[in-house]
Amino acid sequence: MPNLEHPVYPAATLLHLESLVPCRESQVSMLLSIFGERQQFSFPSIFIYGHTSSGKTYVMQTLLNTLQLPHVFVNCVEYFTSRLLLEEILSQLQNCSSETEQTSHVPCETFNDFVRLFKQAVASQELKDQTLYIVLDRAEQLREMEANILPAFLRLQELTDRNVTVVLLSEIVWELFRPNTGCFEPFTLYFPDYSIGHLQKILSQNHPPEYSADFYAAYINILLGVFYMVCRDLKELQHLAALNFSKYCEPVVRGEANERDTRKLWKNIEPHLKKAMQTVYLREVSSSQWERLQCDNGEPGQLKGLSAHTHVELPYYSKFLLIAAYLASYNPVRTDKRFFLKHHGKIRKTNFMKKHEKTSNHLLGPKPFPLDRLLAILYSIVDNRVAPTANIFSQITSLVTLQLLSMVDHNDQLDGPRYKCTVSLDFIRAIARTVNFDIIKYLYDFL
Amino acid sequence: MSKRKSKENSGTNGECISQVQKILRERFCRRYATGKLFGIEHQHRHLLELLKRTAVHGESNSALIIGPRGSGKTALLNHVLKELTEMKQVRGNLLEVHLNGLLQTNDKVALKEITRQLHLENVVGDKVFGSFAENLAFLLEALRKGDRTSSCPVLFILDEFDLFVHHKNQTLLYNLFDISQSAQTPVTVIGLTCRQNRFTFLRRYKPVVLYYRRRAIFIHVAGLYYTVVRSLERPVGISVSWSAVGPADFPDESFAQKWNNNVQCLSEDKTVQDVLQNLFHRTKDLRSLHLLLMLAVSNVTVHHPLITASDLHEASKHYRMDSKANIVHGLSVLEICLIIAMKHLNDVYEGEPFNFQMVYNEFQKFIQRKAHCMYNFEKPVVMKAFEHLLQLELVKPIERPSVRTQREYLLMRLLLDNNQIMDALQAYPNCPTDVKQWAASSLSWL
Repeated sequence: MPNLEHPVYPAATLLHLESLVPCRESQVSMLLSIFGERQQFSFPSIFIYGHTSSGKTYVMQTLLNTLQLPHVFVNCVEYFTSRLLLEEILSQLQNCSSETEQTSHVPCETFNDFVRLFKQAVASQELKDQTLYIVLDRAEQLREMEANILPAFLRLQELTDRNVTVVLLSEIVWELFRPNTGCFEPFTLYFPDYSIGHLQKILSQNHPPEYSADFYAAYINILLGVFYMVCRDLKELQHLAALNFSKYCEPVVRGEANERDTRKLWKNIEPHLKKAMQTVYLREVSSSQWERLQCDNGEPGQLKGLSAHTHVELPYYSKFLLIAAYLASYNPVRTDKRFFLKHHGKIRKTNFMKKHEKTSNHLLGPKPFPLDRLLAILYSIVDNRVAPTANIFSQITSLVTLQLLSMVDHNDQLDGPRYKCTVSLDFIRAIARTVNFDIIKYLYDFL
Repeated sequence: MSKRKSKENSGTNGECISQVQKILRERFCRRYATGKLFGIEHQHRHLLELLKRTAVHGESNSALIIGPRGSGKTALLNHVLKELTEMKQVRGNLLEVHLNGLLQTNDKVALKEITRQLHLENVVGDKVFGSFAENLAFLLEALRKGDRTSSCPVLFILDEFDLFVHHKNQTLLYNLFDISQSAQTPVTVIGLTCRQNRFTFLRRYKPVVLYYRRRAIFIHVAGLYYTVVRSLERPVGISVSWSAVGPADFPDESFAQKWNNNVQCLSEDKTVQDVLQNLFHRTKDLRSLHLLLMLAVSNVTVHHPLITASDLHEASKHYRMDSKANIVHGLSVLEICLIIAMKHLNDVYEGEPFNFQMVYNEFQKFIQRKAHCMYNFEKPVVMKAFEHLLQLELVKPIERPSVRTQREYLLMRLLLDNNQIMDALQAYPNCPTDVKQWAASSLSWL
């Protein structure tokens, strides 16, 4: 293991730092060497990218806090307009320098003001001859702001002529950031993903004190065996490990197995974890529900998840309107005559059955249809006479507000609007069952 | 005795190294007007002459310095300004106003900034002006009053000039040029831009174009590129000039000597020349060379006091990393499978956009025919993986996602090409063999 070294900081601090950031030694030592000594200049901007929970924010924060470097840490999602962002940086900067006791709100509307106020803020004795770090977390949000914000942050060192380094943290690669007129290129640093060994090491680190480390490590091993294919997100895995551990210990608590009985323990936990992937991992069942279920020894999965509650109670005509919309969306126009006209004349069966499109409509998604076609299908599938009252039309628009239908082009509200049906097949089948309508018989894809 | 001596030695050594780092970091990061300029001596003479005429004779001029990013426009200007302020007849008789298109995003802000930089806030006070031109004229008038004998020449430096062109009605530019042509106050406008096609970006803006056609002087900077050939001809080539420490500003002469000798040896080294050649083929601008050297220099410590060829090699390896391949390396097996499915869809339907349903369908085909039930994940799990890809912007929706379309049917495009996928798959740790085979044989699955 490479030990961190740096001429300025005491070895104890560096050792402490190393223990705080497992499996990130090379990145930390790289950053340390780039940062250099306090009064030395560093890169104007550093762009750090890597996967979700690869420790970008954590490493940066621990590094800056442990070494007590003057820094400003801002999340760009939280401060989502340029004004909020700039004002937050300035107010944190005021806290950095203890000379100015009163922290007043500084209005700062443009980047021009920011540069001016920034120079004033760093003029204090402590900040003058030290590198100041401005860390912008979730930097992809900067692209949504005004066009000059990102290029200006990248060359802040030149614009302010102060010893400042801007660090951008993002999940997205630098190529997708570059403005089309070009900008000052930052130094890019990659935080690699944790390998399975790293994940094992980090996850086994905080094992519960009442069990041995080996016991917990074996549990983590099984957990990774189930989830590693799907999920490499450390946070998610940590969460899952915390949730399911009590179930794993169950045989030991009840005395059916001892800590060495790996096979028995594995047999106990594996189906449980598979179930967890379909429920807790997708947030179908909330974590607290899952924990309660484990306490009561209930069968996992007996609980209805969020997606099971898709049943919506609708009025009679709304149901038929929705069914008609679904048929209009997923059937081609030329088949309408065959499906919905009672006396449609002779159609050569072979020709009709031969499908022209290779891919079915359920693969391509719903097609838009005009209002007239929807009404024609509605009249044909409802047995008794339907009067085109205002009620029917208002039900169509209310289905749009419920997001069961959607209006395709917004340019014409009254004359000839076109709609799309945005519900799933399962949903519409459930609806059709309640009104005794066999929808499969009418769908071209299932002929 | 010997112990103390060695300790003392390392102490001074540490100081030296800290000094070296300090000097070189400042040289690489802050582009100060350093001693030499490379390849732009002609432009330098031209610009100096121009500015001297303004400062000494009170002539109004304008110039546009054009060159790609990192070609040394600012360095050239800073260099000239530094020389100019050292001249006796100029000192104290030239006012500089620095504006930047990134900061002064509209004319109102720019005017305020001009007032501030000319120290005229108290003069302007709370006066209300009818128009922009009136305001500017007042500013310059005030300047003239300040210096009774003759009006003080003002030098306007507009960095990111092409951004000023996009201001509404171009009031600022129009007025500046108007003053430089008509009013008595000597005003010189220097624009710096990286837009090469000088008239296409000006074309829409009549007054400015006309002005430039008639009056302005174009200075093309393309010379602050380093050349590898030169370093091959003369052993004391580029790397010496860029990373050597001058003996003048360095306390420990013997260390400076040692350092410079080492740098000279390095520039003759075969690996170093390969690295530089490689970088040169990629880009010629000095900034990327600085980035590379900065990385190498930051590796220097007490235990490792001199730059070696392997340092430079490491730095260039870091520089050449493919970022998308890095991102693909960190994906889970399921996400890799989805990317392969998308690749097949791209191959079969010749780059038509696809939606989640199609990708899922393709993935299902793979599972049913070949793979064992290991990969048989439920649809929502696959959806979650797909959305992760979306979040990483490896796939991009054609239209913006909204509530109006279902998630499954949103049309997408893949932002990776086939070679990238295959290369990433080769480098992927513990890739299942059947997935690899599936990736290789796209058409046989139809």
